[in-house]
Amino acid sequence: MTNYILQRAIAMILTLFAITTITFFLMHAIPGGPFTREKPLEPAIVAALNEKYHLDDPLFKQYTDYVGDLLKGDFGPSFKFRGRTVNELIGGGFPITARIGLLAVLITVLLSIPMGIIAAIRQSKWEDYSLMFAATVGVTVPGFVMASVLIYVFCVKLGWFPVIWKTDATGWLSVSQYVLPMLALSGYSMSFITRLMRASMLDVIGQDYIRTARAKGLSEIRVILEHALKNAILPVVTYLGPMIAALITGSFVIEKMFTIPGIGYQYVDSIGNRDYTMIMGSTIFYAAILIFLNFIVDIVYGFIDPRIKLGNIKEV
Amino acid sequence: MEYSADLFQPIHESERINSGIVRPSVTYWQDAWRRFSRHKPALFAAGVLLIIILGAILIPFFYPYTYDQQIRTARNLAPSFQHLFGTDKLGRDLFIRVVYGARISLSIGFVASIINLTLGVIYGGISGYIGGKVDNVMMRFVDILYSIPLILYVILLKVVFQDSIKAAFETTALRSLKFLGPELILIYIVLGSVYWVGMARMVRGQVLQIKNNEYVLAARSMGASGWRIILRHLVPNTVGQIIVTVTMSIPDAIFTESFLSFIGIGVSAPMASWGSLASDAYKGLASYPYLLFFPALAISVTVLAFNIMGDGLRDALDPRMRK
Repeated sequence: MTNYILQRAIAMILTLFAITTITFFLMHAIPGGPFTREKPLEPAIVAALNEKYHLDDPLFKQYTDYVGDLLKGDFGPSFKFRGRTVNELIGGGFPITARIGLLAVLITVLLSIPMGIIAAIRQSKWEDYSLMFAATVGVTVPGFVMASVLIYVFCVKLGWFPVIWKTDATGWLSVSQYVLPMLALSGYSMSFITRLMRASMLDVIGQDYIRTARAKGLSEIRVILEHALKNAILPVVTYLGPMIAALITGSFVIEKMFTIPGIGYQYVDSIGNRDYTMIMGSTIFYAAILIFLNFIVDIVYGFIDPRIKLGNIKEV
Repeated sequence: MEYSADLFQPIHESERINSGIVRPSVTYWQDAWRRFSRHKPALFAAGVLLIIILGAILIPFFYPYTYDQQIRTARNLAPSFQHLFGTDKLGRDLFIRVVYGARISLSIGFVASIINLTLGVIYGGISGYIGGKVDNVMMRFVDILYSIPLILYVILLKVVFQDSIKAAFETTALRSLKFLGPELILIYIVLGSVYWVGMARMVRGQVLQIKNNEYVLAARSMGASGWRIILRHLVPNTVGQIIVTVTMSIPDAIFTESFLSFIGIGVSAPMASWGSLASDAYKGLASYPYLLFFPALAISVTVLAFNIMGDGLRDALDPRMRK
């Protein structure tokens, strides 16, 4: 097990390094540099700016400096918001994004696993059909459409929520304001996991050991929850990594639509503003979070599925 | 045991005919088609897609409006017989814009998938066919790519190259292709060049598996060349899975493009993809919800149809995958 964790950890560090390098050189491949505007600035100003942000150093030195700063946890200054650092921007938005994301993960797992199980044990009954219909709609409708519908129905027509989301003085949203973003964010994953859980549950229920458990006279509930669930839930655990990725991409859209000042909103904003350090920093930050969470999922998976060949990843 | 001579009589004529092969043998493709056509939902989905594709190609030729034509007297009209899906705030007919959006969105789906396919098959094929150390190194690289959140790199590549590709289309020989729109071409390239990893893994797995089959060994022992083994054994046996993967990857590309359009780095006006139509509609959602409804419906129906058809194709082309 230690070997497995170590191997994954090394892979994680290598990947992070690769990501930082790719991101850095891609961002510096933009022709003209960050100060190219519609109206050209005076050459002297550009030179001064370049000097201030060390853009006149040789590229490789810039790279080593950047990586060195990253290792100290410093993402550098924002190009757009003078006097603010990327760290401040990310630090300000991340707690809100993380809170909505966690709520979305929680509601997804708590609702979709039972729904998948119900659909499986009531296969070809109305419960199954209605759940699968909803889940199919959920995976074919883009997130921003789902969010638009929620906003239209609950904010515009019913007026249950304000149309403009606002944080209070402490920088948090009020409790009721989490409801719609959370729903919009979890819609896709919830549908996906419900389908996944149903398919995998049906697969497991057909196996011999479940027949044995039934033959022993166990109640159906115990057969499902004690015997079938343990194996049926494995594919869902594997999907947790991609799901977190989907939630993060979702947060770009959802935060923009609900005007929530999280990092997703800032990231989309920085793309529009061409705030290059912010784009670079956010990309690396997002990638690091995702890779770290994937690492955790890998380890959890190694613990719960003893069949996994430790350190021997030769999947087909 | 003794064998007497009368055990070895030639069989009677009638017996010979009865045990002969009466029906013509069914080829893989005939068999696949038979299974596919029995899968009614998939057949229906294929029909829907055919209608959408034909509509996207043909309707603009005889429709009375064009996608960028602004009718001053017809702004923000609700759906009617005159304008099937209504008009937007500039007085443009939404129906023709959705049809035109189908051209853009579907072409992104197809072109990105074809680039994925080419890169993935070459990379995965080489890795699986050569095997050994080369395979190991190539697959470690794929593992790294696989764990990177690729959507971030789609965004990043789009941001990095959008200015230079515009410049390239202004100044170089590419100018004659300008009507396609540099943004659109960049989306083709970016989506195509980032999402080939899954395809490469799949092809490599298939190749590894087939390569070790006895019939390949038999072919090799008979002196078949590498190319003959690739063309006669590897390609025909992987093509089914490849078709399925490509079919499933088209809706992903359409989804990703609509996401890019929504965050403001998709195709630019007056061009319209389904994503950019939906994104534009969001701003006027409270007053004109139908502007969002039709593009959203188009995306959903198409994505659903591709998924259902993909399921049918999987059952038809890869019978081992069936439950």
